[in-house]
Amino acid sequence: MKSRREFLKETAAGAVILGSHNALDAVGLHAESGKSRVIIARDPALHGTSAKPDQQRVLDLLDRAIAAYSGEDKPVDAWKRIIARERAQDKVIGLKTNGLGGRGISTHAVLVMAIAERLQQAGVKAGNILVWDRNARDLEACGLTLNEDPSRVRCYGSDAAGFEEERQNWGTAHPQFSKILTRECSMVINLPILKDHSGAGVTFALKNMYGVLKRPDELHSTGCNPGVADLNCCPAIREKFRLTIGDAMSSVYEGGPGFHPEHLWFPNALVVGEDWVALDQTAWTMIEQKRAAAGLPTLEAAGRPPRYIATAADQEHRLGTNDPKRIKLVEI
Amino acid sequence: MFDSKRWMCSALVAIAMVAMVAESGCKKNRIDPFPASGAVSGWEKTGDTRVFAARDLWQYIDGDAEQYIQAGVVSTSTSDYKFQGQLEVVVDVYTMKDPAGARKILENGLTRDAKAVQLGDEGVQYAQSVSFRKGPNLVRIVAYESTPDTARALLSLAHSVEAKL
Repeated sequence: MKSRREFLKETAAGAVILGSHNALDAVGLHAESGKSRVIIARDPALHGTSAKPDQQRVLDLLDRAIAAYSGEDKPVDAWKRIIARERAQDKVIGLKTNGLGGRGISTHAVLVMAIAERLQQAGVKAGNILVWDRNARDLEACGLTLNEDPSRVRCYGSDAAGFEEERQNWGTAHPQFSKILTRECSMVINLPILKDHSGAGVTFALKNMYGVLKRPDELHSTGCNPGVADLNCCPAIREKFRLTIGDAMSSVYEGGPGFHPEHLWFPNALVVGEDWVALDQTAWTMIEQKRAAAGLPTLEAAGRPPRYIATAADQEHRLGTNDPKRIKLVEI
Repeated sequence: MFDSKRWMCSALVAIAMVAMVAESGCKKNRIDPFPASGAVSGWEKTGDTRVFAARDLWQYIDGDAEQYIQAGVVSTSTSDYKFQGQLEVVVDVYTMKDPAGARKILENGLTRDAKAVQLGDEGVQYAQSVSFRKGPNLVRIVAYESTPDTARALLSLAHSVEAKL
């Protein structure tokens, strides 16, 4: 297992590229040189008059987002490219949700199942799709049904699979990873839910990784900084997590990460990309815009700016870019 | 020999009496704030009560635990309820080390559309939630959806929880 010092030596020599969070080796044909692409796909009618998003509209939104990100007109072709790039055709693909906030503010099951549907149409066997999270309760909070039957899309938590005894080490992070990550999945698609966070400021792509280790409480001090960045440098995450399809169909802009319905808001969007720093920078902007519209102070003024984002982008971590000039934001 | 036996019996009786007094004192301190199913019209308790010590609160609310720990949380209890078989809510009771801690958390979360309600030492209501503090206890009741009956139903449950604190 690589130590932090060994990794930095290789980085300095230019021998290693953080490919897992770098859009330059991403699927997109439209990637501009030096810029990280982030797609925000919206559907103002996503919820209609219901508190739940419409299933067909979610599938259509997903298709538009993936098509825009990949440059492929047909969504199934886009998924085939994603799978082929990762050589994951006959391997287990994980879908990591976020059900920590409970029923009111968790990754929507309808999104998860839309992705599972497209993966199967792209040739992935149902049993090779594994939806997972910290535990059964979090998965059920997302509206998912537990299943270990390998003839269908599987769904279970790290509480069932267990955690590695051995810790990985990176800076302040010394995680024991879920065995779902280390032993079952060959690639994982990140499905965070957009929320503000009482400590970190924002929780989205990078912080969703707190749900893959045994003791995330060990990384919550000082606004989760540098905990978030250090954790995302661990090889287990860098090597397996690729695409993020961020759930911004509903969100909280104050009181997060728990469910505060008085601050629930419906961006009706998916936020897609592979540069997770760029994604979180974008998420931060979205939340600040909503807070301003609601008459709330900025996260900085509230004493909880998401400092972990700049840390993740710094020379020591190089997980992506938080520079708006280096982010190609496409809104569709 | 007879005297030492009598002494031992007296000592055993005394120990038993002390144990009984301690037990009743402990029972008095172990408050169950959660109304049973049917205790409040329309409300059913649909889940087991879960209790988290301060050091384990992160398992329930992750990073949000930090603010409660800093405010002096001692333990947290939570249970799920359902109103008229449809409206689902969660009731969280945070027991702080003192009333100041409960006040700090309650007042930190206030927004301009909070409506003051007569509950405990201080209570506020929104369309889908009601929170109040009573002594060292902070109670939060949150509904997962908004219906015409939500606000009224939440208040009735809240009053019942308050009565048990």
